[in-house]
Amino acid sequence: MRDRTVIGLTLGLGICAIGGYFVPDWFMNQMMFGFARALAIIGLLVLWRTGLVSFGHALYFGLGAYTVALMDINLGVTDAFVRLAGAMLVTGIIGVLLGYILRNYRDIFFAMLSLAFSMVLYGILVKTEALGSTDGFPVSAPTFMGAAPEGKYYLFVLICVVGWVSAVLVHSYLQSTLGRLTTAVRDNEIRVEYLGYSVARAIHIKYVISAVLTGAAGALTAMALGQVDPDSMVNWTASGELVFVTILSGPGSVAAPFIGSLIFELLRTYASEWAPHAWQMIVGGTLLAVIFFLPGGLWSIAARALRGRK
Amino acid sequence: METLITIVLDGLQYSSYLFIVSVGLTVIFGVMKILNVTHASFFTWGAYTAAFFIGKFSEMGWPDAFGFVIIFASAAVVGLVLGLLIERGLLRHMYERDEVLIVLATFGLFLMLEDLILLVFGVNPYFAYQPMALLESVEVGGITRDVYGLTLIGLAALVALACWYGQNRTKWGKLLIAVIYDREMSEAMGINVTVVYVVTFVIGAVLGALGGAYIAPTVSVTPGFGVDVIVLSFAVVVIGGMGSIPGALIGSILVGLLRALAVHKLPEIELFVVFAVMAIVLVFRPEGLFAPAKPRKI
Repeated sequence: MRDRTVIGLTLGLGICAIGGYFVPDWFMNQMMFGFARALAIIGLLVLWRTGLVSFGHALYFGLGAYTVALMDINLGVTDAFVRLAGAMLVTGIIGVLLGYILRNYRDIFFAMLSLAFSMVLYGILVKTEALGSTDGFPVSAPTFMGAAPEGKYYLFVLICVVGWVSAVLVHSYLQSTLGRLTTAVRDNEIRVEYLGYSVARAIHIKYVISAVLTGAAGALTAMALGQVDPDSMVNWTASGELVFVTILSGPGSVAAPFIGSLIFELLRTYASEWAPHAWQMIVGGTLLAVIFFLPGGLWSIAARALRGRK
Repeated sequence: METLITIVLDGLQYSSYLFIVSVGLTVIFGVMKILNVTHASFFTWGAYTAAFFIGKFSEMGWPDAFGFVIIFASAAVVGLVLGLLIERGLLRHMYERDEVLIVLATFGLFLMLEDLILLVFGVNPYFAYQPMALLESVEVGGITRDVYGLTLIGLAALVALACWYGQNRTKWGKLLIAVIYDREMSEAMGINVTVVYVVTFVIGAVLGALGGAYIAPTVSVTPGFGVDVIVLSFAVVVIGGMGSIPGALIGSILVGLLRALAVHKLPEIELFVVFAVMAIVLVFRPEGLFAPAKPRKI
């Protein structure tokens, strides 16, 4: 446990979980949505390091969210842990299946094919009355092992803990031999093959990891929001948003998504207050600015500051 | 029988519209290897400009037929201005970067242009029905159809013909093919690749804007209506083969007819079927049904 990232994450968890109790509700809400989405961003970060960008991860975000909603409506499942596990199971299965196909694709084809898969789900959802059509479903408040607490603090702590566990697991995965293959695959696939590793398998595993994490993010967001709908969760613009936050955060560290995602959430709140018609302009401008001037994302600023102090 | 005619006509009309929009996308991808998300902006800006001026001139008492002039003029102006701005201002700084990163940059620009529309034209919808009302309707096989919709098919055929002629029968087309196959080599042979890129991009932009401008009279032009079109034209382009003009033609006919069939027979699968076909094509023929053959370089 000497790893600086793990220490930092643990400190962050402690500060957030305790601090969340004292901060005003609106700020806790922001952290809740931000950290829930951060899970998906960690997943995309794993792919991004491999040189793959998915324009269709809203597929898993939506699957996770809709699994929660459908479990709630059809089976009456309200327990947050069961919901989360269900969503991760469903997205995991779909991820494994689609992974067999997607692992053979790179670059623009990978992006396009994942876009196609996510739009297939979107097409089904918006046209099917039984699945809520364009309106989606409401999601009832989660319970925790039978306890039905007032307010959202329990859910917030759950999100923080899930975030911590995922970040630490992904971090240690990236440190392992298989995890270190990410950059190697991006740089030269043929060499990796000659070293005796299967590139397709490595990509498949990363794809499933990202699918499950994004599913968890969708499930937690659905519970935090109390609502699922296709346009903000499954449409291709939702995938674009996830990719945007990934670029904004930067691939430098598993801690980056939490910071990037929270900043994105705050930005959105203030933008809709001060400049309601300029939100997309801000997002678009930021995306261009990051691509041109800050290829390492926000994390590269933090990393530079940390190095400077040492 | 009447349903069949309706389906075919609806389908062809929709295909024509898709073709005009996606041929620009595929040309830009073919030559420049850029998957250009701002294509949706060309489309939306073309539609808004046309709808705005058709309304204005009609208020001033100009004849409705002038609407057609406006449609083509807006497409040309929007395509020229936006195309030049985007290519010269942004994309030329990115040719050395990763393909996927360029997609993201155009995505960012697309978002900005979407909001700029709201700033310029406001949030209210525009209706520019005049050109459509002018042409009235006609009976085809016992079904009444708008003539305007049928002219769309003619326009698409014209665009297809012009593209074919341009690529196969002119000096420009030959240059284009050379650049597509080997950019460096053609540069060494004295082709001014920068000019080829700029011209290609502007042509693509004008076509995108034309799609928007021509469809404007048949719909209410509202904020965000380019969002759906761009993913559909992605589907068309991917199905036909990215960079292939005949591919875009076949892709749009396929998507248009399938969609019309779904709308009339099984509305639930309208969107699903398009992207399912896209996924299937990508799985079995990743380069698309009609992708141009790629030479192997050593």
